[in-house]
Formats: sequence, C-alpha cells, structure tokens
Amino acid sequence: MTRNDAISQLLTAMADDSLIQGHRNSEWTGLGPIMEEDIAFSSMAQDKIGHAWALYRTLHENLGGTDPDRFAFLRGEKEYKCCHFVEMPNGEYDFSLMRHFLFDHAEAIRWEQLQQSSFEPLVPLARKLKGEIKYHTLHANAWITQLCRAGEESYARMQSALNTCFPLALGIFEPNPEAEQLLTAEKVYAGEAALRAQWMDRIYNILAVAGLNLPDENEVTPVYGGRKGYHTEYLQPLLDEMGYVFRLDPEAVW
Amino acid sequence: MTITEDKIYKALEQVMDPEIPVLNVLDLGMITAVRIGENDTVLIKMIPTFSACPAVELIRNNIRATVEKELGASVTVEIDKEAHWNSNRMAESAKEKLKNFGIAPPQIHNGEAYSEILMHTACPHCNSENTYLRSPFGSTLCRAIHYCRECGHVFEHFKPLE
Repeated sequence: MTRNDAISQLLTAMADDSLIQGHRNSEWTGLGPIMEEDIAFSSMAQDKIGHAWALYRTLHENLGGTDPDRFAFLRGEKEYKCCHFVEMPNGEYDFSLMRHFLFDHAEAIRWEQLQQSSFEPLVPLARKLKGEIKYHTLHANAWITQLCRAGEESYARMQSALNTCFPLALGIFEPNPEAEQLLTAEKVYAGEAALRAQWMDRIYNILAVAGLNLPDENEVTPVYGGRKGYHTEYLQPLLDEMGYVFRLDPEAVW
Repeated sequence: MTITEDKIYKALEQVMDPEIPVLNVLDLGMITAVRIGENDTVLIKMIPTFSACPAVELIRNNIRATVEKELGASVTVEIDKEAHWNSNRMAESAKEKLKNFGIAPPQIHNGEAYSEILMHTACPHCNSENTYLRSPFGSTLCRAIHYCRECGHVFEHFKPLE
C-alpha cells in the first residue's frame, strides 16, 4: 500500500459517511417535528453532501480517483466504506438526534485534527469545514441538553437512544491498521484510536451536563464492518433511492 | 479600451449574490484575486461562502458574463483553493446594507465559541439585543433564525463563520 492508497481509503470512508448521513438527514425534509427542525436537518443534509462532494473532488483531483458524481452514485454496495451507524434508518426523533450528536462531534474532531495534516489539499478544507460543523454540534448540544430536562419520558428516551447509538458510533473509529500505520508515520492524521479518545472526552462532558450516562466502552462491542465494505441490509435500498435519478441518464448535464 | 484592475472591480460591483440581492461579490469578500494577463485576458479568483453553497456555479457564471460584457475581455473565473471564506471578510458597508435588508449582519469573531456570540444578536428592526437564537439554521446555509423579545419579530442573521 502506498501513502496515496492509504489517504484514498481514509477520504473515501469520511466522504461516504458524510454522503450517507447527509441522505438520512434529508429524509427529515417535510417531516420534522417542528418547522425549525425540518429546516435544520435539511440544512445539515446540504452541508454533509457538500462536504462529501469536496472530499470526492479531492480524491478525483489529487489522488487519481474517478469523477465525483459517478463515484458517489454508481459504485456497488461493497465499494462504499461508510460505517453502519449512518446507514441505520432515521427511526424516531430521539435516535436521529442522538446519532446527529455523536456523529457530528466525531466529524468535528476529525476536521480539527486534519488542519495539521501533512496532506496539503486537506488543510484549507479542514479549516473551512470545521467552522461549518460547529453549527451542527451547537444544534445537537442544545437539543440533547434541552430534551434531557424535558421530563421523565423525554429523559428516558434520550438515555435509551444513547445506549442504542453508542456501539454503532464506535464503528466510526473502526481500525484500519495497515493504512493507519502509514498515515500516522507520515503525519497525515493521528489515527482512529487517538480520535476516538478525544471524542469520548468531548461527548462525556456534554452528556454529563445533560445527566446522561455514557455506557462503558469496554462493556460494549463496537459495530464494525463498514470500512471493509460489509454493510447492513439498510444500505442497498438507500443507494437504490439516492442514485435513482442519476442512473436514469449518467451522461445528463444539469 | 484599456483594461485596468479598477475597471474590473467596477464591473464586479454589478454581480449580486442571488440569495441576498443587496450584496455584490465584493461586499461579501468573495473575490480573492484579479489578474490581467497577455492579450487583455482576465483571471478572477473567487471563494464560496459555505462549501455546500448551491449558488457557486451561478455566481461564477455571472461574474464571467458581467465582466466580459462590460470590458469585452476574455474572462476566466477560478475557485481559489488556497483561500477560504470567513465572515470577517465581509465589508463594513455591506453589513449596513444587510441590516437595511432586514438581516442581522455577522458579528466580528476571533475564533471563540459561536454559542456566545449568537446569544444577543442585535435585532435589525429595533436594534435591541434582548433576543435569542431560535435555530442555527435558516432559509439558506448562511442564515440563522432569531427572535426579538423587544419588538416580537422573528429575524434572520447572516451567521458568523470562522
């Protein structure tokens, strides 16, 4: 494996997470519980898909990847490297909010780190996206905190959503030993274990204020497989829907 | 007609943001470089406000078409990958225009937490700071929604961005 192969693996996983999470966010459009939330999830969908696009462009322009649109829409299921967490259906609002909270803090930490990357094309992108994602975490923190103070049922649902989401969220940091060894040696990024430790610290502090109990990370089994191309039964139907219009005429000019 | 940088900037003043039609691309700080090359070819470099801004290609085409029409030159517009937009790039005069349009302008920020600076955004209608953030997301990616306790208006805010 070359340095560029390892970088491509990292960026593909990040971009696919962002694309699929963006698609899930967009499924709230028109269905949000209140208008502001409908708008928030729709805006975050737009951001996430934009971030995925920027990464697919980097793969295309700097690492010899294929055309961003074709790469986003025409791959087979096994070629996607997203984690299972983002594939899961939206479920109820508690699940969607908790996923948004856990996922966006992980993204925020990843982009903060990448500002120091030795892979130069990522540096300006990291500076830009870090600022945008702050609004996502601001939104998530506000709702998590408020819903935990909104009565017994609301609190119980948030705790239960956290318990459900946590092992899935650990899948964001699925190790990729061969690539990581290269990438950390080359100072492209700090590696998944380091990001995960930072993420645990950050979410712990916010969850503590909300009064939620973070499950013990040694007591749960992280849900891995996505980074290797093994997916849940939910990804293929999502890909079918997401790429439906594109596949009607991949050569169309918009 | 001799092409000068002044004339290019003059032409750029006519290119308005499609989502905020009172601001032009210079007001917003979207232009990072203007160069005149051989045979009076013009190169303009620009940066989008938000990375997922859907209007980027439209703005880029508008810049090219307007400058070509005004100066009769061949114009290339590139996305500048070195620079990145932040809300401190917005001109002071632009903030006044934005406020008169009914949108609270972005506060100057120095990388501090957004939650602090978003707390008491001045209402563009009555100037009161007795307001609160209703949602960090609004009708476009660059806007947040606030509520003014003083005059009872819901108002939009151009978000500060690092």
